[in-house]
Amino acid sequence: MQYHSPASFAEASALAANATGITRFLAGGTDVLVQLRSEVVTPDTLIDIKKINGVRDINGNADGSWTIGVAVTGAEMTEHPKLSRDWPGVVEAMDLIGSTQVQGRATLTGNLCNGSPAADSVPAMVAAGVTVTVTGPNGERVVAVEDIPTGPGRTSLAKGELIAAVNIPARGQNGGDAYLRFIPRTEMDIAVVGVGVNLRVDGETITEARVALGAVAPTVLLVENCAQAIIGTKLDDTALDALAAAASAACKPINDKRGTIEFRTEVAGVLAKRAAIIAYARAKGDQA
Amino acid sequence: MSKLHVSTTVNGDTVEFLCDPRETLLDCLRDKLNLTGAKEGCGTGDCGACSVTLDGRLVCSCLVLGVEAEGKQIATVEGMADGEVLHPLQRQFIEHAALQCGICTPGILVAAKTLLEKNPDPTEEEARYWLAGNLCRCTGYDKIIRAVLDTAAELREAS
Repeated sequence: MQYHSPASFAEASALAANATGITRFLAGGTDVLVQLRSEVVTPDTLIDIKKINGVRDINGNADGSWTIGVAVTGAEMTEHPKLSRDWPGVVEAMDLIGSTQVQGRATLTGNLCNGSPAADSVPAMVAAGVTVTVTGPNGERVVAVEDIPTGPGRTSLAKGELIAAVNIPARGQNGGDAYLRFIPRTEMDIAVVGVGVNLRVDGETITEARVALGAVAPTVLLVENCAQAIIGTKLDDTALDALAAAASAACKPINDKRGTIEFRTEVAGVLAKRAAIIAYARAKGDQA
Repeated sequence: MSKLHVSTTVNGDTVEFLCDPRETLLDCLRDKLNLTGAKEGCGTGDCGACSVTLDGRLVCSCLVLGVEAEGKQIATVEGMADGEVLHPLQRQFIEHAALQCGICTPGILVAAKTLLEKNPDPTEEEARYWLAGNLCRCTGYDKIIRAVLDTAAELREAS
């Protein structure tokens, strides 16, 4: 295994483009090293991106948007007071992943690129409208988070491409987001269902919404019918029931030891309601 | 396989070693630096027996490559006592009998130290969540949590 620690994303991209065999990028290593040690994936080329300038930075931009470096850890996000105030759903989703030790290393970008349908931060990012900047042999492109995963363990990134930054939009006025997941225990487990909700209100009425479901299909789902079920409403019981029905209808889950198809479908609706209630309260200014 | 030269700081001492890029920091600490306090339990970041700090941040050393230690500050359980004087956490673990087989103890001590540095007055729930990544198959955790909370109280009184 060749280990590289390039000084720029262009150099990292060139290394990956010219590599033969299996290439992996190393940020927090909480997936890559587990796969390496269990001999599931033994890379021929390992490219550590943590020596690239700025990858550990959380930047609040002048327009209110955020740029999160690709090696920023979950712990660093949780400890950032203003990011947590703007995007509590994104931060709480990342914070749910793993132990204190894992939080010291794990990154949003790694969670996305690992390609797990159950990745906790991904539905929250999709709901928030997060994009990623991708560097590749042909320069940079900006891609919506929902367009990165293509199936379990697979992404749309081409050979030589890697994510160079995570772009979170400006929160703006009267907005709120939330993420909830179901796991069979209280801590440190993989989502059986995850739901991210992001919305904006005008007074009591929801004017914008994005709802994303995790762990109920081969990739994260951005469900337009869920958004339509609550836009224009005051999130009354009728709207919540319509939201739950739309979420359950969008599910295409698998049966496995952690949850049956029926259970996941039901719980997706329940969690969509609960997450929407939290996001709605936050949008109205409650520090819930 | 060519080996890479790594220069790093462990418990305040500058150290150097040669390692294969596939070797973990845990392997390097134990096999090259003879610091065998950090233990390999699972090797996949689930059990916390290999906990150390990397630039002050609690991590599983089995999920860090040795080469990633270049230029970093690492702290292990071997650096907790001040010469012959045990760290208050170490003393309280003995007084509470908060260990049986001892495999998990070095990792829990390192993890608990980072908790008390960040939060000198944790609730029991906060302590349990902070240490949720450190598995113990002997004690049932109760004595560990009591030792940590009593240490926190002792340190608050001393400061």
